[in-house]
Amino acid sequence: MSANGCCCCSGVDSRDQKLQEIIEKYKNTRGALVPVLHEAQEVYGYLPLEVQKKIAEGLNVPLAEVYGVVTFYTQFSLNPKGKYKIQVCMGTACYVKGSGAILEKLKEKLEIDVGGCTGDGKFSLEACRCIGACGLAPVITINDDVYGRLVPDDIEGILEKYKE
Amino acid sequence: MQLYRAHVLVCGGTGCTSSNSNKIISELEAQIANSGIQNEVKVVRTGCFGLCAEGPIIVVYPEGSMYTMVKVEDVKEIVEEHLVKGRIVKRLLPGGNVKDENVSAESSDFFAKQHRIALRNCGVINPENIDEYIAFEGYKALGKVLTEMTPQDVVDVIKRSGLRGRGGGGFPTGIKWEFAMKQEADQKYVCCNADEGDPGAFMDRSVLEGDPHSVIEAMAIAGYAIGANQGYVYVRAEYPIAVKRLGIAIQQAKDYGLLGKNIFGTDFSFDLEIRLGAGAFVCGEETALMTSIEGHRGEPRPRPPFPAVKGLWQKPTILNNVETYANIPQIILNGAEWFASIGTEKSKGTKVFAVGGKINNTGLVEIPMGTTLREVIYDIGGGIPNGKKFKAAQTGGLPEDVFLQAILIRRLTMIH
Repeated sequence: MSANGCCCCSGVDSRDQKLQEIIEKYKNTRGALVPVLHEAQEVYGYLPLEVQKKIAEGLNVPLAEVYGVVTFYTQFSLNPKGKYKIQVCMGTACYVKGSGAILEKLKEKLEIDVGGCTGDGKFSLEACRCIGACGLAPVITINDDVYGRLVPDDIEGILEKYKE
Repeated sequence: MQLYRAHVLVCGGTGCTSSNSNKIISELEAQIANSGIQNEVKVVRTGCFGLCAEGPIIVVYPEGSMYTMVKVEDVKEIVEEHLVKGRIVKRLLPGGNVKDENVSAESSDFFAKQHRIALRNCGVINPENIDEYIAFEGYKALGKVLTEMTPQDVVDVIKRSGLRGRGGGGFPTGIKWEFAMKQEADQKYVCCNADEGDPGAFMDRSVLEGDPHSVIEAMAIAGYAIGANQGYVYVRAEYPIAVKRLGIAIQQAKDYGLLGKNIFGTDFSFDLEIRLGAGAFVCGEETALMTSIEGHRGEPRPRPPFPAVKGLWQKPTILNNVETYANIPQIILNGAEWFASIGTEKSKGTKVFAVGGKINNTGLVEIPMGTTLREVIYDIGGGIPNGKKFKAAQTGGLPEDVFLQAILIRRLTMIH
């Protein structure tokens, strides 16, 4: 995940340039919309309406279709994400091993709700589907780092690592 | 070719990666270089060994000593004692107090009752190196199919093997392929369902992480059988390591001419692309999955028409699960009769199970069909922690039954 999560995205910047390159790359691929959205979200951190408009234009797909696809899949986000994206696995194996309490602890410590982002743009919090590390349940991920076999008291120490 | 006197295999599956196996690999390499034996000992990052509960796991060959729950601080001792002096580090063997240190990983209770076909290369080869796959008979089945067999021969072998879809539906794979083969069309497709969504299940993830080429090879074989030149693997985006290794594997296969135009110098051409899911559970359903590949909201569509008649972009399409594909090359190489001799009368071959919850050896196991639940829980799984009594087990996905005490004798098959 790029480190440009929560900042504003006004003005023309290198990200728009990258988006054009992505659209160009997939222009002649069938079923291009989902891969383009994936890569666009890598660039912007989320998929605001302006980005969706550019994709609709570039791929010659109605904006309604783009919006429909973005809102169908839970991995696509209309809201900005934090520099550190925290995902709490709520798959069944993690859930029965107490991921609910882990999520509550994170909400309390970060003072945000699921789908939210801290004021300083540092952390965003999500509940996600099974990540397939059920042998280590309950599991959270922070960007590409995975933390398993957690209890609520572990949370504070983990968050500390990302605070500098 | 460089020869090594010892190989150190380190699990690089999602489970062990989460418990820090990457740092262990860099520490191993550093300590091995420190001891000046870097030309004698090779470190290999493999796929999942299956014993996730004891991760991170290292296996040292030729002895086959399995070290479990290895910490970065333990690496120095493994290098100095085992690799330099040849003395096994007993305290790191499973259980910590193993009496017979000569017992190799394969002969432990966890592995002894398993029969690995789909997982045969997982934890054995480096999944990011196509040469290691080829050394273990990789792409030999594709070569055989393209040079010695007709599409009808391939379909017949798969039909006679009795292989049924491992994604849960249990539909006979050979019959599915035959439907698609018999369709007249200018374009057909081969798809792989890697949108594994059942709670607690990570069989397909481990195959893609540990042996991605087996799926690529099988999809090319399927393409030849039904007359398709394009394939798609639909992988859920929640599996980043699997996606990365599959991408590397596809590129290597293309570089070697094992995907692309005129494979093995024949008229057969086949290309493969990865499509990522985006967090929609329903996309594991075959028609929703194909709608998603087409770039739309992943909403299912009514059947009939079935995908074999009108699938992806309205063209005849076959869709099989990762584990189903992983069996195909071995069936081609060893024959339908070999595969059909494993398992029970109506459920042939083996099945991979992800074992989780209150059991000692959580992880991944592959057993012949017909193995009892008791054997899985008590022999392979090492029983229930603290000697507690068995209460219930859930098999399969959420919609299936939760089984109680009486079913410990139940044989695991595909018949419900």
